[in-house]
Amino acid sequence: MNSSDLTAKRRSAERRFKYYGLAAIAVTVIFLAILILDIVVKALPAFTVNQLVLPVTIDATKVDASNPAAGDFPALLKETLAKEFPDVQSRGDKKKLNALLSARAADGLQEQVASDPSLIGKTIAVPISLSSGADLHLKGFTDAQLDEKQAAWLAALKDKGFIQHGFAWSFFTQGDSREPESAGIKGALIGSILVICVTLMFALPLGVAAALYLEEFAPKNRMTDLIEVNINNLAAVPSIIFGLLGLAVFLNGFGLPRSTALVGGLVLALLVLPTIIIASRAAIRSVPPSIKEAALGVGASHMQAVFHHVLPLAVPGILTGTILGVARALGETAPLLMIGMIAFIVDVPHGFTDAATVLPVQVFLWSDLPEAAFKSRTAAAILVLLVLLFCINAVAIYLRNKFERRW
Amino acid sequence: MTRIILGLAAAVSLSALAATPALARDQIRIVGSSTVYPFTTAVAESFGKASGMKTPVVESTGTGGGFKLFCAGVGDEHPDITNASRAIKKSEFEACQKNGVTDIVEIKVGFDGLTIANSASGPDASFTKQQVFMALAKQIPDKDGKLIDNPYKMWNEIDPSLPAEKIEVLGPPPTSGTRDSFAELVMEKGAEKFESLAALKKADAKAFETVWKTIRTDGAYVEAGENDNLIVQKLEANPQAFGVFGFSFLEANEGKIKGAKVEGMAPSFETVSSGEYKVARPLFIYVKKQHVGQVPGMTEFLGEYTSAKAMGDDGYLADKGLIPLPADQAASSAAVVKEMSTLTADKVM
Repeated sequence: MNSSDLTAKRRSAERRFKYYGLAAIAVTVIFLAILILDIVVKALPAFTVNQLVLPVTIDATKVDASNPAAGDFPALLKETLAKEFPDVQSRGDKKKLNALLSARAADGLQEQVASDPSLIGKTIAVPISLSSGADLHLKGFTDAQLDEKQAAWLAALKDKGFIQHGFAWSFFTQGDSREPESAGIKGALIGSILVICVTLMFALPLGVAAALYLEEFAPKNRMTDLIEVNINNLAAVPSIIFGLLGLAVFLNGFGLPRSTALVGGLVLALLVLPTIIIASRAAIRSVPPSIKEAALGVGASHMQAVFHHVLPLAVPGILTGTILGVARALGETAPLLMIGMIAFIVDVPHGFTDAATVLPVQVFLWSDLPEAAFKSRTAAAILVLLVLLFCINAVAIYLRNKFERRW
Repeated sequence: MTRIILGLAAAVSLSALAATPALARDQIRIVGSSTVYPFTTAVAESFGKASGMKTPVVESTGTGGGFKLFCAGVGDEHPDITNASRAIKKSEFEACQKNGVTDIVEIKVGFDGLTIANSASGPDASFTKQQVFMALAKQIPDKDGKLIDNPYKMWNEIDPSLPAEKIEVLGPPPTSGTRDSFAELVMEKGAEKFESLAALKKADAKAFETVWKTIRTDGAYVEAGENDNLIVQKLEANPQAFGVFGFSFLEANEGKIKGAKVEGMAPSFETVSSGEYKVARPLFIYVKKQHVGQVPGMTEFLGEYTSAKAMGDDGYLADKGLIPLPADQAASSAAVVKEMSTLTADKVM
């Protein structure tokens, strides 16, 4: 075999390798595209909503002005709807007609009248939620569970111009619900933000302090070696273990309240602590020793040199590591199972000690419910979670590009 | 900067630790069965909206996990109510007593039917419990009554009236309460039909239990996870497969899947409620009476649960797929709530 043959062989091997690489990337991109496309397509119905806008007379006999919140608003809506279809008389048909409305349809009206009792006796046009079946039917999902009569009534309402199609703001302004049409993401979103706040408040100072000590002040001996090995091992511990730890320490030991953002945040802080320590140590180590030595040379104490010079220069690296750790914490469900955050929580949390749930848990809970309309809610919640993660990673990249210095 | 952050963290942790023990709970806490979860959550939401009180927090922990939390003690940190897809066991009742949970109120809320269903485009099927046992048990008796490994590959090998399809059943894993119920309601009853196994039951109850509880692992029964929606999706994609899941999922996916007849009776709202469809189990909630009056809203919540507009024949729980109790049992459930009559040891099996 002469040398030119060998060269040709080597070159073709290189070419082949390039194609393998391209193929690998193509496969990944295709899978990712399919995944995202699938989620987006499934999520779309959740972002729009069809509502019935009917003029409702707030009958003073049904709503007592002295206690408007206790009024029989569902009956008001049913009467209003019945007026549109005077020929619907049998009990079974009436039931079917009312089934077009959401079980939670009267909530909005009730709130409106309770906050403004002067509306009693007047006729106001209010948007009324339709049941998820009716909503899906209007969106063109023909296998939605409406029978022929219901479909005809719905078409009649649409012809009369009573159906309004719009963006589903309620998906972002309401907490969880058992009715898909009124289930929203707000509770889980606020819960996620609260949890992440607690996580940051505990994990960042602890992590940075540990990293600074280990990197700058700790003597190099068996003990610190042991600690270092353990931190690295801890970063690889399955997340459910941290949940068990949280259950034993925070709930049973300290008696902190179950299902709260406080406990969730603490557990996730333990989870991301090793990540933050490792990233912070790397960032501190990458600051050139000449800077610290120069500070020491002009008479700064060791602590001054570290806090005035090393730490500020290491901050971009620390922040990038922290944000990536937080992004991981944001997607965790397993450790939260043990501390009762996988729960049906309607009220939007207002503080760290209120019962709360988080976005990935909401995805998990909705995926398990039988109603067809929850499928699109699940996909929509996944989208919200992905967008949030995307934003967080974008912030990390921005910080790195803006502040990172190469030495 | 670091000093400020450190101080802030310390302050938050201290205030949180100091504030919590003083907080008396003003929100009902419910744990327990994932089968009862869709119903209890619906009641919780209605109760929260109507009463203006905080909406109860409902966790889905499984029946066994629920009892473990429920029986752990009395006080703020322990749940008030647990959902159960079966009655409380003697061991659980004793654990409760030992931890001071002495006053337990048992409320039957309705039924859940278990269905064997397939894609709407698949063949119609009508099984007997014995046929299901023969299709799914790991070991079945041959004609001499000797236990052999399950030889059946096709439904029509078991009985010519069944479809000429491969046996493929998607169902819940052993950790699921649905699987327990399926084994007890279908497999055990099917096994008892064999003379040799009925004799075994008398001679060696443990060995008999192993026979009906052990489901074949050669691919005919596919453990499809706890998520019933997933099973429904897989059935749609694979018309020759059957799936095992709760009745509410059959109802919510009407048109896509259909329920097979069991012992000649198709699963429907009416047949489960009347008891004609035999594969059904009662659902319960268990209430810690010691918390009633301590946690605000308990009485009102239980009132809402047992009211006709929730639990009744036309109630919103029926829309969610709960099979309502017959009138006399519904009345007795309402009476239990009214009188708060506690469970006594002799009523627990």
